[in-house]
Amino acid sequence: MNFLKRAWLWFDDRTGLSGAIGPIARHAVPPNTATWFYVFGSATLFTFMLQVATGVTLAFIYVPSSSEAYQSLQFITTQTTFGRIVRGMHNWGASAMILLVGIHMIQVYLTAAYKFPREMNWISGVVLLALTVVMGFTGQVVRWDQTAVWSTIVAAEQAGRVPLMGGWIADFILGGDTVGGTTLSRMFAYHVFLIPALLFVFIGFHLYLVIKNGISEFPRAGDPVDPANYRDKYEAMVKQKGIPFWPDAAWKDMVFGFIVICTILVIAIVIGPPELGPPPNPSDIHALPVPDWYFVFYFAFLALMPPEIETYLMVFGPLLVGLLLFCLPFISNRGERSPLRRPWAVAIVALTIATISGLWAIGITSPWSPNFDAKPLTAEIIGADSGPLWRGGMDFNDKGCLYCHTISGQGGQRGPDLTYIGDRLNGNELTWRIMNGGLNMPGFGGTLNNRELSDLVEFLASRKKK
Amino acid sequence: MSEKTGTGDCTRRQFFMHVSIALGSIAAVLVGIPIVGSILAPIIKKPKPEWRVVGALEGFKVGGGYVKVDYVNTSPLPWAGVTAQSAAWLRRESEDKFIAFSVNCAHLGCPVRWIEGAKLFMCPCHGGVYYEDGSVAAGPPPRGLYQYPVRVNNGQVELLASPIPITTV
Repeated sequence: MNFLKRAWLWFDDRTGLSGAIGPIARHAVPPNTATWFYVFGSATLFTFMLQVATGVTLAFIYVPSSSEAYQSLQFITTQTTFGRIVRGMHNWGASAMILLVGIHMIQVYLTAAYKFPREMNWISGVVLLALTVVMGFTGQVVRWDQTAVWSTIVAAEQAGRVPLMGGWIADFILGGDTVGGTTLSRMFAYHVFLIPALLFVFIGFHLYLVIKNGISEFPRAGDPVDPANYRDKYEAMVKQKGIPFWPDAAWKDMVFGFIVICTILVIAIVIGPPELGPPPNPSDIHALPVPDWYFVFYFAFLALMPPEIETYLMVFGPLLVGLLLFCLPFISNRGERSPLRRPWAVAIVALTIATISGLWAIGITSPWSPNFDAKPLTAEIIGADSGPLWRGGMDFNDKGCLYCHTISGQGGQRGPDLTYIGDRLNGNELTWRIMNGGLNMPGFGGTLNNRELSDLVEFLASRKKK
Repeated sequence: MSEKTGTGDCTRRQFFMHVSIALGSIAAVLVGIPIVGSILAPIIKKPKPEWRVVGALEGFKVGGGYVKVDYVNTSPLPWAGVTAQSAAWLRRESEDKFIAFSVNCAHLGCPVRWIEGAKLFMCPCHGGVYYEDGSVAAGPPPRGLYQYPVRVNNGQVELLASPIPITTV
């Protein structure tokens, strides 16, 4: 013991580490920040550290080659000791990081902690949010299966809508004009070198600013920020009532961080990593590239926006959101901070959460997608096993109607439910609609012969409430 | 020691500063050209479209539906493996006339499927639907499916392997 203590004293004397770090760790913070409300930023940092540790571990085994990455992922998942758990932690850690970064941002926005003098704290946070999102996307791509390949193509197509430079950006993303040998190496370089390096830089900057400007005190209604005297007031308050960050405030960060990390570990053990899809073969078209849950709301947004303005929404929508977030502290950097006095801020958060949740809920069912796996209608549902009614029901199965329309609980949800269509449309109206299509329905005039058409109409006209 | 050099307003210290910054910047630019150039290579260097055999002429029935044909894309690298594969929808219209469409939806590039019974191409992602002539039947696609040139050469059907079509504005 004595030796260890002497060794430490020698080391500290030569390096001066305790003198450099100690005062920073113990710097005084406002007492009302030592609460459970202030644990989300540090928890985001802890999940980032987990991502670095598990990510580096995966890089020990993963092969970033378009032809072999898939096999190396299988090897990690099924053969490497604890590989399944490490991949699981990396996956659920990403989910946790996205979730926590969102909570952290909402809480900073609600308590207007971005106001003077912490504008750059917010802006560096916006950059970190963007980098985290890119990590999420590239992470799904380096999970090099069928969905990854098609997600890359979808991303390139979105970038293609950028005016003038779209084609170039798309080629830049694909690493050429098709998916192939170059694609994964580039995604790997983003995911493992470029973006993490930027994350380290901006996290360092972000933390430096937290120390430099002091952690923002929990706001009181009727105590507006005035740049003229805010710093003096803050310093005086911290001097008078402040408590040392370490350990008086930090212990709650540690407890919450511990819970988060352990939860991720448990989920990784119990649920494990996401199932690998089929191999990344671009000629295998039986694909439905749905992104991981945290992008599903955007996937739904892409499907639901009006086609006439989708190019603008796709290109300028994310840009505008980014710009608004970036400019927020310049729109208002003074005045009331308490959410009690900022009803619009509360409304904006509520609206954003409601919109994202709504898009998310729709995105999961994707009612706009044809249901290729729909079970064919049976004789029981059709109500006949021969004759025109039966043939009409079979045509409904075979001519693609079933992929978009539901009858008696079977089929797709793209078009209206036709279980009781006979109550709404008569034979002529049905014929007209089938022949010409309408709204979002193709016309089948060129596809059906007269007998198929009359059978189908007879079948549909019979769909009535008994 | 005096900082004045005696020649004009530039002090010795300013001179050192400017030289240091200039040297650093020049080195960064010199190194940056090959670095940025390599990273931007995919948009600078374009592979030429190439004809790829997708099957023997007699393998395609006149008047049949669309069949998916696989081929190797325009820029296969030795380590591309299965990702060098591409696909197209091909139909034999008449004795010597073929029509081929990209499998990529013109909306956001997802793979469309040919539904023989409905005579429609349907996209699973956002619900784009196309008629058998490739024109838009429903959903968000801003234009019809992209067509690939096809030719018959020595009894072999060949398709001009082209880039993944990117819908631009």
